[in-house]
Amino acid sequence: MSKRPPVEDWGTDFDHRDPRWVENPYPIWDELRRRCPVAHSTRFEDGAYFASRYEEVRAIAYDSEHFSSRRVIVRERKVPLQSSPPITSDPPEHTPARKLLLPAFTPQAIAKLEPGTRAICRELLERIGASAGCDAAVDYAQHIPVRVIAHMLGVPEDDGDRFREWIHLVLEVGNTDESVILPTLQEMNAYFAGWIERRRAEPGDDLISFLLKARVDGAPLALPHFLGTLRLLLIAGIDTTWSAIGASLWHLATHPADRRRLAADRALLPTAVEEFLRAYAPVTMAREVAKQAEVGGCTFREKGQVLLSFPAANRDPAVFPDADKVLIDRTENRHAAFGLGRHRCLGSNLARMELTVALDEWLARLPEFRLADGARVRWSEGTVRGPRRLPVAFPGARGGV
Amino acid sequence: MPLRVRVVAERCQGHNRCCALAPELFEADELGNSRVIGDGSVPEALRAKAELAMKNCPEHAVVLRED
Repeated sequence: MSKRPPVEDWGTDFDHRDPRWVENPYPIWDELRRRCPVAHSTRFEDGAYFASRYEEVRAIAYDSEHFSSRRVIVRERKVPLQSSPPITSDPPEHTPARKLLLPAFTPQAIAKLEPGTRAICRELLERIGASAGCDAAVDYAQHIPVRVIAHMLGVPEDDGDRFREWIHLVLEVGNTDESVILPTLQEMNAYFAGWIERRRAEPGDDLISFLLKARVDGAPLALPHFLGTLRLLLIAGIDTTWSAIGASLWHLATHPADRRRLAADRALLPTAVEEFLRAYAPVTMAREVAKQAEVGGCTFREKGQVLLSFPAANRDPAVFPDADKVLIDRTENRHAAFGLGRHRCLGSNLARMELTVALDEWLARLPEFRLADGARVRWSEGTVRGPRRLPVAFPGARGGV
Repeated sequence: MPLRVRVVAERCQGHNRCCALAPELFEADELGNSRVIGDGSVPEALRAKAELAMKNCPEHAVVLRED
């Protein structure tokens, strides 16, 4: 791993892995929006750009001619291109690869998963039970999306630890130490290749069986496409929602007025969920400049990496009044947490359902909670931001504090 | 004046905010893109919901028009 000097100027030398950015990026983005709406850094191969205003984020997201999705993670050194359709696809390949998956993620399809998700949340809360506290990220948030996506893919929920380890290596460690990426992807491929063969012999009511039946231009999915899509569903389906659940619980643990209000009136959940998604949007995407472009008065040079921050766009006061305030009854909320344009998060209905159910069940069972005394909250760095350690205390509980 | 809603299909990316906020007026098709139910005319009682759907569409795909 390289030694990284601390950032002195966020406009000309930004680093989204810097501990200050990881801990609390919002003041940095506010400063950049005022002073340098398109920042640049040479810490990443071929240079990286960062747009902090909604307008430029939207322009880049809509422009797949100049901004390619072939690289969706900004890395210190570029790794050989890894195809995970449709997230890494550009037109014209993008639409057919996406259409294949869309029917499995419609609101109607996702509604069927709600009772099972509720049962998972209740079981986890049962286990947390009457203790004086727990780690809301480790004991609760992280398990929910893992178990739901494992169920959708038809693979064992007990493999969750492996899934989280793969994600940690690909999305966090790999940003700085790219040597871990290829072996991890190979391990994932071997895992999924085994499951594809099992489902070919014994089809079930799961996404792998569904994709085995899928046809693109009359042909079954080529194995690299199939494996790339399965890796995507696993990676994109887990720590994103885990982060959204964790960040929402962190907010409620640190804002007692919002917690009390929401616990007393869970009919506010729909607006609260959208506001948590806006204010703590977990996912930052990336693009690679395919052709030199001008956006926001800045030149994006070919091959440059672009950190496409929907979280920063969501904090832009030009689009969101009181952008820095979390208003759980905000009714007008055009946030971009799930992206904008053709790459809108495929799993947005699933994520919204999981986040809503996770908060609803938690508040029903544990309306009284706050950060534990001396709690060290740890946030993940890189593409997906959320609390990985979130110790909370239940003041009302037996033996509580 | 009667109010009409429309989903601009080329802009809709299937965020489904309109379907959640005004299920009387919008539904998702088999690919999860939104479309209006019926001819898109909005009864007076649903005017506020139609406006909410418009103001929450991230892609500006929900359009309101007074006929």
